[in-house]
Amino acid sequence: MTPLLEVRDLATRFHTLDGTVYAVNGISYTLEEGQTLGIVGESGCGKSVSVLSVMRLIPEPPGKIVAGQVIYRGQDLLTLDEAQMRQIRGKEIAMVFQDPMTSLNPVLTIGRQISEALIAHMGMSQEQARARTVELLEMVGIPQAADRYRDYPHQFSGGMRQRVMIAMALSCMPSILIADEPTTALDVTIQAQIIDLVKALRDRLGMAVIWITHDLGIIAGLAEKVIVMYAGFIVERGEVDDIYDDPRHPYTLALLKSLPRVDRSSQERLATIPGLPPDLLDLPPGCPFAPRCIYRVERCLQENPQLKPVGLHHEIACWVDVTTGREQ
Amino acid sequence: METTGESLALGVSGEAEPPPLSPRQLIWRRFRRHKMAVAGIFMLIFLILYSVVGALFVSESYANYTDTTKRLQPPSAEHPFGTDTVGRDILARTIYGGQISLLIGLFAVLVETVVGVLIGAIAGYYGGAIDSILMRFTEAMFNIPQLFLLLVMAKFFAGKIPTIQLLGRTFSGSVIVIILILGLTSWMYLARIVRADFLSLKEREFILAARTIGTSNLEIIVQHILPNSMAPIIVSATLGVASAILSEAYISFLGLGVQPPTATWGNMLDGAYNYIDSAPWLWIFPGTLIVLTVLAINFVGDGLRDALDPRTLAA
Repeated sequence: MTPLLEVRDLATRFHTLDGTVYAVNGISYTLEEGQTLGIVGESGCGKSVSVLSVMRLIPEPPGKIVAGQVIYRGQDLLTLDEAQMRQIRGKEIAMVFQDPMTSLNPVLTIGRQISEALIAHMGMSQEQARARTVELLEMVGIPQAADRYRDYPHQFSGGMRQRVMIAMALSCMPSILIADEPTTALDVTIQAQIIDLVKALRDRLGMAVIWITHDLGIIAGLAEKVIVMYAGFIVERGEVDDIYDDPRHPYTLALLKSLPRVDRSSQERLATIPGLPPDLLDLPPGCPFAPRCIYRVERCLQENPQLKPVGLHHEIACWVDVTTGREQ
Repeated sequence: METTGESLALGVSGEAEPPPLSPRQLIWRRFRRHKMAVAGIFMLIFLILYSVVGALFVSESYANYTDTTKRLQPPSAEHPFGTDTVGRDILARTIYGGQISLLIGLFAVLVETVVGVLIGAIAGYYGGAIDSILMRFTEAMFNIPQLFLLLVMAKFFAGKIPTIQLLGRTFSGSVIVIILILGLTSWMYLARIVRADFLSLKEREFILAARTIGTSNLEIIVQHILPNSMAPIIVSATLGVASAILSEAYISFLGLGVQPPTATWGNMLDGAYNYIDSAPWLWIFPGTLIVLTVLAINFVGDGLRDALDPRTLAA
């Protein structure tokens, strides 16, 4: 079966005055219908740029997708023109952003912002779009949706705004929903509500989800497949159980150790990863994680490892076998 | 955001915050607090009624009727504002002149706003080479003194546009010339303001969010960014009306503006120059009307500026 979305060797760079920023460096992954993919990594590792590249929303200039293919239902999105791409955005692939406070236009009513896509993509009349918008608002759990149609974003709380954003993204029933850290700006109880909402909607509408986060805890109960990114590279990928029960990349290991756990003593200090992610303007020749890696061997500083399988669907990019601590 | 005790009964939800007022209600509340601006609004309404309703009582032909036997008569029961150098009734002429002056002010600003917003929006949204070209052009226009440009263009276009009939009235072609000249020499400030606003607004996340649902560039410019920069545009347009009326008065005073017999408050001052002492009613009435209009509009503009400025929301 051909996958719904296949990203092959995608590379995106930004040409700035300071030099070229190597934001995404040849990543590949596939997404099946109805599947949920988690993309994990710390800030500035290319998670958002990789999905914005899929949507072709990288500002050009300075950004440029320099290589790769993004095949959606057999069609390479990178070869489409802007008008064709507009038909994909919203209708086939939609996106929810991190901060619901800034993602809604403050001077337009939420009703208008949601119905806009319905009128543009689905050819609905004002009346139909209005009725559908109220339905969508109810679907995402906005109380008194019909009354709130005319309200402005500032009249909603953060969690409610994120629900509005989700309603907006789902308005045209996309096959893929990209959620770019949609819960980062919300407090914990609201986070849980939003995650449950997306899960419920995913199962009900049968759409695929790409969930980007720096929080491995969120991904565990949500995704089937997980990609761990570092400095624009995929360093580990696998089924969600592979990543949590049998992490093989030193970076994934370190990330998991830095998570607080209920079964560990509260006296214990959380582990941190020393150092900072590399400057994407000036990537080291070897493995980008090598300078911070406790398993580092000589080879790591000279050669950047390719992804290679360590299990059925489990791949890592590392010269070292962390189970033995020796070079493979 | 302002959340006052005046919560509305409607739209109660499961949320903790009381439903705040809509942006329009907020703006109106802040505007009302500005006493001078409210006075300005009333003054403007009065002036518009003066020139519109007044026209129901005197005919235009009466306003243009010359009777040299009655020239330079001081205010009397028959001619409450006196008569001018060729015996026309000044009251009737201020009524019809007011219509033309206000019309010129409004339409000149319309031209100014359309050109300014168009150039500013395109330059700010697309950036790059388009921005550079449009902004260099704007700067070039800035560097030509507006007064000089006004006089040259007025002289150049004078008489080239025929009179037109509209709503059963005849407008001298010079009215249209003046509207275009005033509009086309005053859009640069607005273009710069709009460009600056667009430059920052287009980077906002809600614009990216709009793009992810397939919104086109045109829709983003018109439906998403423009409503966000309405405040400076409205203020600039309001104040623009006042300056257009003043500029019209200025070039008409120099005899290059709207040509007689069509009256404007500006060209009524033209003939008054030689009679400043001997027949002050020639300039007092149209002069006062100009000053009142400009003052009223400026007060309204100040009030709007405060009311529409999002940074004064807490007030």
